[in-house]
Amino acid sequence: MIKKGDNKQDILLVGVGGQGIILASDIMGEAALAMGLDVKKTDTLGMAQRGGSVTSHLRMGQAVYAPLISPQGADILLAFEKLEAVRWVNYIRPDGIVIINNHAIPPLSISLGMSVYPTDEAINKSFLQRTNKILMVEGSRETAQLGDVRMLNIFMLGYLSKLSPIKITDYLWKKSLSERLPAKILDINIRAFERGQEAAASVNI
Amino acid sequence: MTKSKKLLSGNESIALGAYQAGVQVAAAYPGTPSTEILETIATYKDVYAEWSTNEKVAMEVGLGASYAGVRTLVSMKHVGLNVAADPFMAAATTGVHGGLVVISADDPGIHSSQGEQDNRHFARMARVPMLEPTDSQEAYDFIPLAFEISEKYDTPVLFRITTRVAHSKSVVEVDESRARPPRDKHFQHNIEKYVMLPSNARTRVPQMHKRIAELMEFAETTSINRIIDGKDSPGIITGGVGYQYAREAFPDATFLKLGMIYPLPPRLLHNFTAKVKRSFVVEELDPFLEESIKILGIPVEGKAYIPRAGELNSLAVYDAGVKAGIEAKTERITDVKAVTDLPGRPPLLCPGCPHSAAFFVLNTLGQRTKKLDVSGRSTNETNLIITGDIGCYTLGAYLPLRAMDTTACMGASIGQAIGIEKAGVSSKVIAVIGDSTFLHSGITGIVDAVYNDSKITVLVLDNGTTAMTGHQDHPGTGITAQGITTKAVDIEKLVRGIGVKDVQVINAFDVKAVRSGIKSALDKDELSVVIVRGNCAVKNKRRKNQRQVNAGVCNNCDVCLRIGCSAIQKQDGKVHIDVYSCMGDECGICEQICPKHAIGPLS
Ligand SMILES: Cc1ncc(C[n+]2csc(CCOP(=O)(O)OP(=O)(O)O)c2C)c(N)n1
Repeated sequence: MIKKGDNKQDILLVGVGGQGIILASDIMGEAALAMGLDVKKTDTLGMAQRGGSVTSHLRMGQAVYAPLISPQGADILLAFEKLEAVRWVNYIRPDGIVIINNHAIPPLSISLGMSVYPTDEAINKSFLQRTNKILMVEGSRETAQLGDVRMLNIFMLGYLSKLSPIKITDYLWKKSLSERLPAKILDINIRAFERGQEAAASVNI
Repeated sequence: MTKSKKLLSGNESIALGAYQAGVQVAAAYPGTPSTEILETIATYKDVYAEWSTNEKVAMEVGLGASYAGVRTLVSMKHVGLNVAADPFMAAATTGVHGGLVVISADDPGIHSSQGEQDNRHFARMARVPMLEPTDSQEAYDFIPLAFEISEKYDTPVLFRITTRVAHSKSVVEVDESRARPPRDKHFQHNIEKYVMLPSNARTRVPQMHKRIAELMEFAETTSINRIIDGKDSPGIITGGVGYQYAREAFPDATFLKLGMIYPLPPRLLHNFTAKVKRSFVVEELDPFLEESIKILGIPVEGKAYIPRAGELNSLAVYDAGVKAGIEAKTERITDVKAVTDLPGRPPLLCPGCPHSAAFFVLNTLGQRTKKLDVSGRSTNETNLIITGDIGCYTLGAYLPLRAMDTTACMGASIGQAIGIEKAGVSSKVIAVIGDSTFLHSGITGIVDAVYNDSKITVLVLDNGTTAMTGHQDHPGTGITAQGITTKAVDIEKLVRGIGVKDVQVINAFDVKAVRSGIKSALDKDELSVVIVRGNCAVKNKRRKNQRQVNAGVCNNCDVCLRIGCSAIQKQDGKVHIDVYSCMGDECGICEQICPKHAIGPLS
């Protein structure tokens, strides 16, 4: 296996076009840079405008070389949608952490009756091949309660902030959030971020 | 403080590096993964930046600006250089005056392209130097050097990047104190240099060979080719993003890291390979370095172990090392797969897309749902042959629309349609092409159709933007790359001017009109153009009266699902429309086609 440098974090963010995945990884990347870490990130959207699979590879550490996380190399898989989570099962490293927003966006082939959406049990089983640190999060539900599901990305970041070994201070998180979000939606997004942090508070892994 | 650290993409770094190097003219045609270079340069108001009609024109604009003495940047995706190859080869022959740097953004793994090609070969063919950065910092640092090389050696410089350099963000130390050199703009009459009559061109060719010989010497000592010391085996020779994967896979190896990919430094390579026990070349795509090094009589290995197609990653490079026996022990964990078959999530036309109704109509006119199975193949000729082109609308080839039979390269739909017609098929032939693509390279196809009395129909899907690559303006929108309102090219007048008699312009969201318009064009035995016009959904911000399904009236005939609109979903046997994605009054296509009138505005 490829040797891993100290203090290195590889986070793979996955979901569906339109869920704000790239913005989320930008925000964390900027905050990690402000903390003095080396950062590389790369997004893969294929031809997707909306509705296609999206992934973002976010790598942080003392010195980062490759822009891509390798298969079996992700420390954390942060999935905004369940089907997209399981698509990347081979990317999680043994014993890595899997965070899944408990939300399904069925692709068109399912509406057309050509395929079926995987069950929660199948999703769980897939990940158990590598790790039992699987966390289902009610991100879509909580942000809907807060008034807008478009804050899901910020909620997920809040959740992640409590579980990532890279400890970015709340000050740097908020600074990065304020640099990337329009002023008029900043406060409510900070609330979403904190709700994410609260949701992760009781997690013990 | 003149230095600061920023997280920048390779494309942003190139733009900033070029700006600080004094670039004054930049020309490009959009294309993933190169687009953001020009988009960024366009924000510098003291630089002239343009979206050119196509890459060939961009290259010619760049060449003219260079002749006039200013530093110039031309950027495009890999296949763009195919379009621009003619002026590029000419630039290589005449040489330059102001520095001319040509960015080729290759797309290994075909994230968003019609094919995979390794444009490093162009450097050798054109006898021009080529640099390739491995991350954003190098993109930023190599650009000023590229301009210097261009001016000193009287040559365009090919600057090759790949998707993972263009689109990855990494840390760049930005130096605000880099001074922009003052430019002396003037064009000098110089027939021997600029007028490539055979007699003049013949005198330029030996100079091209001479400059490559001189650049070989430069490559021996330039700091962008450097050795990183490590263990004596393996020795890894690499350049481009391959370096980053190799460095991670083999942190203890000795490296020869090449920033200049062409020409190569023979002595440096000899010395390096003599120092290490086994030499490996790590590069994405073709064995370009490997073959160039072998020709020098230096034994190296590489593609015998490293995949040739697609992108690399650190694990793939590591695995290649294990196969080659440089990594003694393999502790690789086995791959795992999801425990069920996963449905794909291909990109789709957006809800409210102005292309949807046209494809729905083509699907029904061609009876495609009935006549074609899901395999994507058919032994019978379709009763309507639809040649396609490149843009968002290529997604009309996917299920459930299935309304496209070919896609090759930009503009090809029209020529292909003429060819299929002239081959003597019995079906009608219709070419489908977007507005930006039409202006890029569809016009010459129409000229051909008029001249050669073709009977095809050309459907121009005019959404008022270059959507696929992220909504750039183009000659038809009347707004420049720098946001200035200018004259818009009128596609309708243009095709009439060329000599097409049967021209219609139809509202893209009026399904009946689209249907009768296309039908009448197909029914006539003459060349016709149908312009289907409607704004791109992503640019439509107003959203009201989202549609919903009246469950009491809906009889589950599923006709609405055949639009391929992702807002229309079927769960537990019931069709519903997602209010967050429906575009409402801006679209209304599903409401028009529902046989039961079960769809209407949200009340
Ligand atoms: C030679 C070449 N240059 C650029 C591209 C990138 N590209 C793909 S489609 C496209 C244009 C799409 O615009 P349009 O035809 O208006 O269709 P839309 O996406 O708006 O539907 C571009 C620039 C390419 N594939 N080939």
